[in-house]
Amino acid sequence: MAQTGTEAARPALGHYLKGHLREYGILIALVAIMLFFQVMTDGTLMKPVNLTNLFLQNSYIIIMALGMLLVIVAGHIDLSVGSVAGFIGALAAVMIVNWGWPTPVVLLACLIVGTIIGAAQGYWIAYWRIPSFIVTLAGMLVFRGMTLWLLNGQSVGPFPKGFQLLSTGFVPDIFGPDKPNITAFVLGLAAATAIVVFAFRARARQMRYGIEDEPFIAFAVRNGVIALALAYISWLLATYRGLPNVLITMAVLISAYTFLTTSTTLGRRIYAIGGNEKAAKLSGIRTEWLTFLTFCNMGLLAALAGLIFAARLNTATPKAGVSFELDVIAAVFIGGASMSGGSGKIVGAVIGAFIMGVMNNGMSILGVGIDYQQVIKGLVLLAAVIFDVYNKSKQG
Amino acid sequence: MTPILEMRGITKTFPGVKALDNVNLTVLPGEIHAICGENGAGKSTLMKVLSGVYPHGSYEGEIFYEGEAMAFRGIAESEARGIIIIHQELALVPLLSIAENIFLGNENASGGVINWPETYTRTSALLKKVGLSEAPTTPVDKLGVGKQQLVEIAKALSKEVRLLILDEPTASLQENDSQKLLDLLIEFRAQGIACILISHKLNEIRHVADRVTIIRDGATVSTIDCKTEEISEARIIRDMVGRDMAHRYPPRDVAIGEMLMEVEGWNVWHPEHAERQMIRNVSLNVRAGEVVGIAGLMGSGRTELAMSIFGRSYGRNISGEVRLRGKAVDTSTVPTAIAAGLAYVTEDRKGLGLVLPETILRNTTLSAMHKVSTYGVVDPGAERKVAEDYRTALKIRTPSVFQKVMNLSGGNQQKVVLSKWLFTDPAVLILDEPTRGIDVGAKFEIYGIINDLAAQGRGVIVISSEMPELLGMCDRIYVMNEGAFVGELAKGDASQEKIMSMIVKG
Repeated sequence: MAQTGTEAARPALGHYLKGHLREYGILIALVAIMLFFQVMTDGTLMKPVNLTNLFLQNSYIIIMALGMLLVIVAGHIDLSVGSVAGFIGALAAVMIVNWGWPTPVVLLACLIVGTIIGAAQGYWIAYWRIPSFIVTLAGMLVFRGMTLWLLNGQSVGPFPKGFQLLSTGFVPDIFGPDKPNITAFVLGLAAATAIVVFAFRARARQMRYGIEDEPFIAFAVRNGVIALALAYISWLLATYRGLPNVLITMAVLISAYTFLTTSTTLGRRIYAIGGNEKAAKLSGIRTEWLTFLTFCNMGLLAALAGLIFAARLNTATPKAGVSFELDVIAAVFIGGASMSGGSGKIVGAVIGAFIMGVMNNGMSILGVGIDYQQVIKGLVLLAAVIFDVYNKSKQG
Repeated sequence: MTPILEMRGITKTFPGVKALDNVNLTVLPGEIHAICGENGAGKSTLMKVLSGVYPHGSYEGEIFYEGEAMAFRGIAESEARGIIIIHQELALVPLLSIAENIFLGNENASGGVINWPETYTRTSALLKKVGLSEAPTTPVDKLGVGKQQLVEIAKALSKEVRLLILDEPTASLQENDSQKLLDLLIEFRAQGIACILISHKLNEIRHVADRVTIIRDGATVSTIDCKTEEISEARIIRDMVGRDMAHRYPPRDVAIGEMLMEVEGWNVWHPEHAERQMIRNVSLNVRAGEVVGIAGLMGSGRTELAMSIFGRSYGRNISGEVRLRGKAVDTSTVPTAIAAGLAYVTEDRKGLGLVLPETILRNTTLSAMHKVSTYGVVDPGAERKVAEDYRTALKIRTPSVFQKVMNLSGGNQQKVVLSKWLFTDPAVLILDEPTRGIDVGAKFEIYGIINDLAAQGRGVIVISSEMPELLGMCDRIYVMNEGAFVGELAKGDASQEKIMSMIVKG
């Protein structure tokens, strides 16, 4: 009797995995894609130089994907983020290079301008109920045009050293300048440990409430893989130049937004708005205000992404940020967010962005033409969403 | 007489659930056959088996129609044989005209080009048959629900219907529209069209049905022939719920206390048509421990009144005063109305009441998340406890509070909405059609909850289209018509006739 009791309490592993295919599927897909390119590129993909590049190349997409996830969860879309990022990069260049403003002032000013842009778009969407597709499509054109106007159609640069550190800087090694970079490895290990500790604590708490249904083996494998991957990646980075500054920024933002979406009333209310806006409003939630905030936040993150991108290129160009919005939106949907709003996870969006990033990077190393790259990326997006819909229909 | 339809030993299983278990149903030519059963008893599943929505092979058992064994693989095949089903949620395209809707997918066309004159002529003839005097070009969204129902029936007639299936056709209709519809069914019976009527409303079954089949838990319980047997509500209810219901409304010790809420001189204008006044100078009050009803026809402004009081969620140019315990309170937004101690349980559970893709737990705490969080961070343990407490207290039937609310039955969904509002600890609850679309057993439980609320010293306002419900539950009833209160009746004084005459006299 006791035997059957425990079995009933602990669902079978296979059954559990089937129910959560989507969540594991995307992680498995990322690992598979990385293995594929690792083999196809004869190990170039995971070389420390390339890995560092991979983070630098995708940081701005990932940062914008965090904001875009909230926008999409709230039931909206933002097509303007690429143009806004480009515009902010141009604005920073003009402020620093042409006007000679100090870097910290420029950074602050640019982030504020980005938030205001988000607010300006969010105002029409939230309070006037103009479809976000239209408002941000207009924003996409407006800010692309303003970028051209600001730069007079030319590239402006270069930036001072301090500004470049935003993207190309590395965390200095406190243990001395020799390779490998011990600080990087130690920080990586610390992050891996922290993730495992937090996971165990969360699991223990959930067990206490009796709401944990993940079998231990799945829990252990999932967290083990993540911790080992972190440790391995930080070791690889340590053998090159250490941790890029931007990686720290990303890690902090990813943690903060994960916390926001899962544990705060603010995050929960945004999900409720996406799930049923009218019901949320009648439940006393200030739906307009929260929608407005979501777009302010998107503007802020687009500005940050624009600054990082400009710092990476060390110049602001009129073309900066073109079609970024598509990569960002694709990342969120590959990550499992629902087109109709109300569902989606930060970690999904991040993994989605990495899938796109690894494919870009891997195909470029292989010398696949830009034509084929586009086709393949499009098909991957379609496949991910079809997989999603198929899964849902099977679960009924 | 050979039956037009015979379903024998129908068994349909979904993963983990036996939805139908050896169901037998016989329908005679030209009879109105009612099917009764609680929500989830399997009525709709049975009709989906019949119409081919669940194709042949996905169920066990046999279907004989006009003497032949049938194996429908889809709805098109059953329609071709004259079996037409009209669903509870109407399947009309709102922006298309009546004529376009009637012939949608079945257009009067040659070579893909529509013959409009013929379409309009045929539509007019069909509309005449169902007694609808509207132009065939009228867009369907300009019609009320009652008329839309008639358009659906006209659509069925256009397909040479032999067996008409109506799934709760009068659930959202007013008294006179329902009557019209039922008369139409009687007329069809005279023309030899058989009809299956799924309904919760026992009085209309008694009115039109020739025979009644009662389904409980996926199995046929009994078939009653109305010609040979006296058909009583008690008998039907007993067969439906499997127990006697001595009292349809649970008794309550009435203990009415201090004045809780007063609304005075309430006026509301239409949100789009600024010149239309929707609520005219309404004043009402409710005391602690009192259950107050608002009676009135659909469209009389009951929902508009409630929603305009609750955070001005409806209308514009709102004037009037709301007092709670004698003090004027601000109810101009939903958050301030909640803070003042008001709660509004909507009539549109799925559209306005619940976040369907989220869990019971999250829906329960949605309106008062601050109670289970500190500095905006939710405490999952405290939240869980709240959800579990309400699940126990309101007897929400679910394997876990992490179940998504879209997977619950209507009665359980309503209990989740009630949980959400109880968690805000309101002084006054406005319940708008609290038992709509809920089966008899769950209704009884909702009545019990209402009584408990009153016993806790809260004020309860119940809006309902079902007069027996108001008469059974309320201590006092306001009668509403065309946006104004036209009368007030104390419990002992009220009767259906009095309420109706007040409405008619205006």
